[in-house]
Amino acid sequence: MKIIVGVKRVVDHNVKVRVKADGSGVELANVRMSINPFDEIALEEAVRLREKGTASEVVAVSVGADAAQETLRTALAMGADRAILVMGGEALQSLEVAAVFKELVQIETPDLVIFGKQAIDSDRNQTGQMLAGLLGWGQATFASAVNIENDEAIVAREVDAGIQTIAVRLPAVITADLRLNEPRYISLPNIMKARKKTIEKKTLSELGLTRKSHLKVLKVEEPTVRKPGIRVNGVAELVEKLRHEKKLL
Amino acid sequence: MQPFVMRESMEFDVVIVGTGPAGLSAAIRLKQINPALSVVVLEKGVEVGAHILSGAVVDPIGIDALLPGWRREEGHPFKTVVTQERFLMLGEKGAWNIPNALMPGILSNRGNFVVSLGNVCRWLARKAEALGVEIYPGFTGVEVLYNKAGAVIGVVTGDMGVKKNGSHGLNYMPGMELLGKYVLIGEGARGSLAKEVIARYALDRECSPQRYGIGLKELWEIDPIYHQSGLVLHSFGWPLDECTGGGSFLYHMEGNKVSVGFVVHLDYKNPYLSPFEEFQRFKTHSAIRGIFTGARRVAYGARALTEGGWQSVPKLIFPGGVLIGCAAGFMNVPRIKGSHNAVLSGMVAAEHVAVAIAKGRAHDEVAGIEDSWRVGVIGRDLLPVRNVKPLWAKYGTKLGMMLGGFDMWCQQLFGFSFFGTMHYKKTDSAMLEPAFLHDPIRYPAPDNVLTFDRLSSIYLSNIRHEDDEPCHLLIKDKKLQEMSELTVYGGPSIRYCPAAVYEWISEGNNKRYVINAQNCIHCKTCDIKDPNQNIEWTSPEGGEGPVYSDM
Amino acid sequence: MTILLLAAHDNRYLSVETSKALTAAQGIGGDIDILVAGEGVHQVVAAAAKLAGVRKVLVAEALYLQHQLAEPLACVIFSLADRYDVFMAAATAVGKDVMPRLAGQLGVMQISEVIAVLAPDTFQRPIYAGNAIETVQVFDAKKVITVRTTCFTAAGEGGNVWVEKITVPEDLGLSRFVSQVDSDEGQPELGSARVVVSGGRGLGSSENFKALLEPLAERLRAAIGASRAAVDAGYAPNDRQIGQTGKAVSPELYIAIGISGAIQHLAGMMDSRVIVAINKDSEAPIFQVADYGLVGDLFEIVPELTKAV
Repeated sequence: MKIIVGVKRVVDHNVKVRVKADGSGVELANVRMSINPFDEIALEEAVRLREKGTASEVVAVSVGADAAQETLRTALAMGADRAILVMGGEALQSLEVAAVFKELVQIETPDLVIFGKQAIDSDRNQTGQMLAGLLGWGQATFASAVNIENDEAIVAREVDAGIQTIAVRLPAVITADLRLNEPRYISLPNIMKARKKTIEKKTLSELGLTRKSHLKVLKVEEPTVRKPGIRVNGVAELVEKLRHEKKLL
Repeated sequence: MQPFVMRESMEFDVVIVGTGPAGLSAAIRLKQINPALSVVVLEKGVEVGAHILSGAVVDPIGIDALLPGWRREEGHPFKTVVTQERFLMLGEKGAWNIPNALMPGILSNRGNFVVSLGNVCRWLARKAEALGVEIYPGFTGVEVLYNKAGAVIGVVTGDMGVKKNGSHGLNYMPGMELLGKYVLIGEGARGSLAKEVIARYALDRECSPQRYGIGLKELWEIDPIYHQSGLVLHSFGWPLDECTGGGSFLYHMEGNKVSVGFVVHLDYKNPYLSPFEEFQRFKTHSAIRGIFTGARRVAYGARALTEGGWQSVPKLIFPGGVLIGCAAGFMNVPRIKGSHNAVLSGMVAAEHVAVAIAKGRAHDEVAGIEDSWRVGVIGRDLLPVRNVKPLWAKYGTKLGMMLGGFDMWCQQLFGFSFFGTMHYKKTDSAMLEPAFLHDPIRYPAPDNVLTFDRLSSIYLSNIRHEDDEPCHLLIKDKKLQEMSELTVYGGPSIRYCPAAVYEWISEGNNKRYVINAQNCIHCKTCDIKDPNQNIEWTSPEGGEGPVYSDM
Repeated sequence: MTILLLAAHDNRYLSVETSKALTAAQGIGGDIDILVAGEGVHQVVAAAAKLAGVRKVLVAEALYLQHQLAEPLACVIFSLADRYDVFMAAATAVGKDVMPRLAGQLGVMQISEVIAVLAPDTFQRPIYAGNAIETVQVFDAKKVITVRTTCFTAAGEGGNVWVEKITVPEDLGLSRFVSQVDSDEGQPELGSARVVVSGGRGLGSSENFKALLEPLAERLRAAIGASRAAVDAGYAPNDRQIGQTGKAVSPELYIAIGISGAIQHLAGMMDSRVIVAINKDSEAPIFQVADYGLVGDLFEIVPELTKAV
């Protein structure tokens, strides 16, 4: 069984992002970038499936700028067998990324594609589902446990009410939620080995794709700051406000 | 009892700890001399530059020597040349400009650059990697390896995935041994491995104790109408009192950014003093606050720096290795800069180590280094200013600085000092006095516009520490902390720590010492200033601590 | 503009998320139809038909729609694609699962978790975990939108509209439901709870933490959270921690008890709709963000509050 894992290079989750003064976006110059944490979980799951013998090959794919090679090196050091960089520039939109993966799926013919449930920069939570929709494959989003049995993936999903378990026929798309696993530390010897591996590169045109913009970001701004409310004089007043003004109790 | 673990090991010609200017310059110089050398550099920060915090005005003398021709290259980080300098003496109300004509020539910043030292390191790292240096951020050198003869043969990187209770988590990964013919230690001020080898080989036997300062820094984006690219402003005096050394810096950088910071010499006596709050208060001075109108604070950090100078530099060499940069202590206090010497010290070490390796030597003392730095460029930089800090410490700010200025003029004009070489007798920790000798200092509450508290400050330091890991700040004797640190000294750790790591919490009639290790920004002040030397700063997991950008 | 809004429900009850998403839909403007897809949903349909400002309610019933799995649900909506310009859903687990799949099938981008409608094609949405807000304009002729419902008030009732049963396409059999374990009713999940009662170091001990917060949480059917300081002091387990390094929550009501409100904590609860702070220190930063602040001794206030609610 072959697994493709999508990995995105994003602003490191420990970095407090700063909106640019001109409202054109967030400051990315000299900001620490790293692998999207949900994608790291997706990759960890794929590598574990290979280590268990369920999968035979894990291919990490990133779509973006040249710098995404760094992210793919991380993926190789974590245990991906191969890495592919699709050079699509910085601002590719989810649907375009999904289209890239659709083309790669035709070439690589994986049984499973795993993504993080969302990227922590754009927070769109859609690429995995879009790919499933484009391919007509089954999908299991927000996975907190994955087991492969025969030709099905048995996936526990984090839904609003609790945990839902579904079975998806392979090939399928899975998106990883936070509790799926705890990614491993990358060992120094593995980083050393990963630096020697080659990263396959493809262009959009090699995949028969062209850029098409579906939306435009007009402005990025700081969230509005919460203003202090009122001081209440006692429990009675508080309950009265919550009950009647906010209709909460 | 720790379970026994097998470690992988790997051999290199040279192992370097720390990707500061010293470590990277040494790596680059080694590869320039002999491209066939295998050179590996460890960095505890998650990336190169993540733990670098400096003013910084850089004297390019080091970079010029290391990378001649760099000025003609694209993409170097020296974007802002110093255009104007002002030196202020602050009183509570007023400010007095000290005419540049009175300043000894050595203090001039002409031809220097306002930079982010972190970005300089990122640039140096790219240069080093292009030469084939292997750099591994996120891996901490935590242990020195010795051979039977007692020489250093390598370092061990930290284990990952150790739980708070000491057990190994599911994702536990043992550290790795990196063996080298020589190990260069460039951890910066108060490095853990440096501390160990200095003690083991008594490298400080013949020098004064090292003295330190704490530097706190914020990065601001200011209104363009107040911005004056290349303006460099220093001050001393208010808000510090006459007997506390320190001062401010305020540098106008590219992109409407201002780097503002404050240094407090850690030989201060009053345990009620709070360097963090002195810094916050400094910004409110009438001569300073104006430029922050409508500005936005974007980053915060702090780091200890070495201030002992010429007479506090320990012996650099030991069997199998060398101390470089501020792990030894090449900061020039009156010039408020040391990174040029860090670069030069890395180069000196590299040049001698490369020769030694070429002769087939390993694990011995590379004696040439010791002899050459004091007579070379670094020595010529540090020797004439060697009495400035001791005079300041001894005679207070006004008289001490006047005497220091006089001494620098004498040396500039006549090559002679009336004071000889003044030595320090005590460590910074021993300078702290019991609380009953001092009055508490009342600092104004933060306004959250210009001044802030510690927690909202470290929010801008992008810190990460694993929740479930052993506390990396070790209290050797817990009882002593309460009996002395709290009872005698009034709990100075809650004030000298710039990151709200330490707290004394009241629980009924008892006080409990809380260590919020996750707030630590790796400045190492606690390791230096605790009056009983009862706190030991050790490295947490690799990749943790702050992630500074543009700092 | 014709809009199809996917109803959020559990086959029995129509969720309030639907009427909130309806408000967002009304912001776009045009004819709004609600699609109720499930099994045995007559009660849900009746509730949906009462919502004000709706043109009609479409009903898609089939056994395989019982669990609202993405593949069949997307097929149902896709079969209606020609009839609508805009496809909307609340950003619930179902909405977030099915809508991007539909967007893929339609070949359009999804506008995820909209918090404000500025124009029929221009929306605001949070990025970087709410640390920035982007305004996006979408060019696709057909639009797929999910709505962050905490940012919209519920539309009222008042209508009684026509209900249309639609023919459902055949099940593709790509996935099947196996089981579902709902979280305990008494102790809702911290991440999705409507009310969160959160305690800090001010509670003084783990005994107090339990004795004061649990009864209040039970009365309010609230999840219990804690500040980092409380977790570090051992008052509450690690998984209760709210803040920068813990969980981020955005309940309807957040009650902070004995929490000073350092920014590290605020980062995890700032998006709550209503914040109540109870603290003895009137200068505590938590009061800077609280809608209702109560300065006083929490050991008196909390039991009184527990009795009063």
